[in-house]
Amino acid sequence: MVEIYAAALINGLLIGGVYALVALGLTLIYGVLHIVNFAHGSLLMVGMFAAWLMAEKLGVHPYAALPVVALGMFALGWLLYRLVIGRVSRGEDRAILLATLGVAVVLDNLFLTLFGGDTRQIESDLTFAVIELGPLLLSVPKVIAFAVSLLLAGALWGFMALTDTGRAIRAVAKEPEGARLMGIRPERIFALAYGIGIGCLGAAACLLLPSFFVSPHVGSVFVLVAFTIVVLGGMGSFPGAVVGGLLIGVTESMGGLWLGESLGPIGISLVFIAVLLFRPTGLFGAAR
Amino acid sequence: MLEVRGLHAGYGPFAVLHGIDLDVAEGEIVAVLGANGAGKTTLNRALSAVIRPTAGNIRFEGAEITGAGHDAVVRAGLIQVPEGRKIFPNLSVRDNLLLGAYLRGRPNRARNLARVLDIFPRLGERLGQLVGSMSGGEQQMLAIGRGMMAEPRLLILDEPSLGLSPILTEELFALIGRLNAEGLAILLVEQNVVQSLAIAGRAYVIEHGVVALQGDAAALADDPRLRAAYLGLA
Ligand SMILES: Nc1ncnc2c1ncn2[C@@H]1O[C@H](COP(=O)(O)OP(=O)(O)O)[C@@H](O)[C@H]1O
Ligand SMILES: [Mg+2]
Repeated sequence: MVEIYAAALINGLLIGGVYALVALGLTLIYGVLHIVNFAHGSLLMVGMFAAWLMAEKLGVHPYAALPVVALGMFALGWLLYRLVIGRVSRGEDRAILLATLGVAVVLDNLFLTLFGGDTRQIESDLTFAVIELGPLLLSVPKVIAFAVSLLLAGALWGFMALTDTGRAIRAVAKEPEGARLMGIRPERIFALAYGIGIGCLGAAACLLLPSFFVSPHVGSVFVLVAFTIVVLGGMGSFPGAVVGGLLIGVTESMGGLWLGESLGPIGISLVFIAVLLFRPTGLFGAAR
Repeated sequence: MLEVRGLHAGYGPFAVLHGIDLDVAEGEIVAVLGANGAGKTTLNRALSAVIRPTAGNIRFEGAEITGAGHDAVVRAGLIQVPEGRKIFPNLSVRDNLLLGAYLRGRPNRARNLARVLDIFPRLGERLGQLVGSMSGGEQQMLAIGRGMMAEPRLLILDEPSLGLSPILTEELFALIGRLNAEGLAILLVEQNVVQSLAIAGRAYVIEHGVVALQGDAAALADDPRLRAAYLGLA
C-alpha cells in the first residue's frame, strides 16, 4: 500500500518536473511580461516536431539537438514578436490575446497539413529506460527533464535578478515610459524576452521527446496546466513555477489514485483555488 | 547647451506645442512654469524623444538630436526625472538605481552609486526594498538618484515637488541648488513658482503651448503678468 503511494508521489514529482519545464518559458512571457501567450502550446509542438525531425532525418538524439532547437526556437519567438505580436498589439492586452491566438491557429493548421494528425514517437534507448530505486521504477527521461527544469529555473532566476537585461525585462512590463527615459528600448526588450521564453520551450521540447508522443495537438495537453502553474507559482517567480509544477504533478497523480483517472483532475482545481484563497499572489508572489 | 527652436509636438492629431523656443546654457538652472495643461510635460517628452516633434528642432551640446532615438538622447546625457516619477515599482531600490546606468559602462557604476547613496543616505538603508512600498519623498529621491546614475549633463526635473510636504520640498530645492553648484545644468518644471524663481537664473512661462513670458527669474518674480498667465487668465 505504502509503495503505491510512494510510486504515485514519485511519478507525480517527475511529471511535475516536466510541467514545470513547460511553464518556465511561460513564467517569463505571461508572469513577467503579462503577454497572454495562447501560442505557447503550439510553439511547444513546433519545438517537438523540430526535435523529432532532427532525430528521424538526421539521427541526432533530442538531447544533443537541444542547443540547436533552443536557439532556433529563440529566433522563431523573436521574429514572431517583432513581425506579428508586437506590431499587432501595440501594447493593447486584447490585441495581444488575439495575435497569439492567431499564431496558434496558423501553426496548428500548418503542422496538421504538413504532418497529418498521427502521433509520432522516436526510437531511443532512453524511452523505456528506468532507474530502480528499491521497489520504485523511475523513468530516466523524466528524471533528466526534472533535473534540467531545476537547473533552468535557477539559470533564469539568476539571469533575471543579476543582469542588466533581466532587470530591464522586469522593468519594461510595469513601467515602459520610465524605462525609455533610462535609454531602454521596450520593444527590443519585449522581443528578446519573448524569444528567451520560447527558447526555453525549445529546450523543454527536446527533453519531452523521449517520453512523449508528438502530434499537432500535443501542445493542448500542456498549455492550460502551464498557465495554472504560472499563476500558482506567483506570476513571474521561477522557483514558484518549479514548486507549482511539482504540486500540480503530485496532485494529479494522487488525485488519480484516490478519485480515479476521470475525476483526478478535479484535485488540480481544488489545489489551485485553495492556494489562491490563502495566498492571492501565488506561492512565491511578491506581496502587493 | 540645449537649443530648442520652433518646436511643435502633440498627440496624434491633437497639437499641444505650437512653436517653442528655449535655451539652457552650461551650468544654468532654467525654470519652466505654467498652468496645468499648458504643455510643459509634453515639452519634456519631446526633449527626451519619448514623443516625436512634428516640426522644429532640438540641439544638444552642438549636435542635432531632433528625431534621434530616446536611447541616443540618454546616451548624450540629456536625462529626465519625469512627472509622476515613473520608477519601477516591482524592482528593488538597488535595481532601480542600476537601471539608471543601463547605457553606462560598468566601471563608473560603483562610483556613481556611492555618490547617489552619499546624497541620499536613506536610499542606502533600503537598497533591497521594493520601491512600491516607499513613501512619496523616498520615491522622489529614488527617481532623482536613478537619473543621477545615468550621468546627466543636463537634468530635466518635471514637477519634482509634487506631493511632497513643505519640509521635503525645502530639502528638494536645497538639493537642486547643490547639484547645480557642482556644475549640473537643470531644466526645472514646477508649479512651485516662488521657490523655483528663487533658485533659477532664467525662466519661461508656457501658456497654451507657446512661450508667453521669459526672462531673468528675479525680474519675472515681480512681473504682474506672471500671475495672470499662471492662473490662465491672460
Ligand atoms: N498622452 C496624451 N494623449 C493625449 N493628450 C495628452 C496626453 N498627455 C497630455 N495630453 C494633453 O496635452 C495637453 C498638455 O498636457 P501636459 O503637457 O501634460 O501639460 P502640463 O505638463 O503643462 O500640465 C493637455 O491638454 C493634456 O490633456
Ligand atoms: Mg505636467
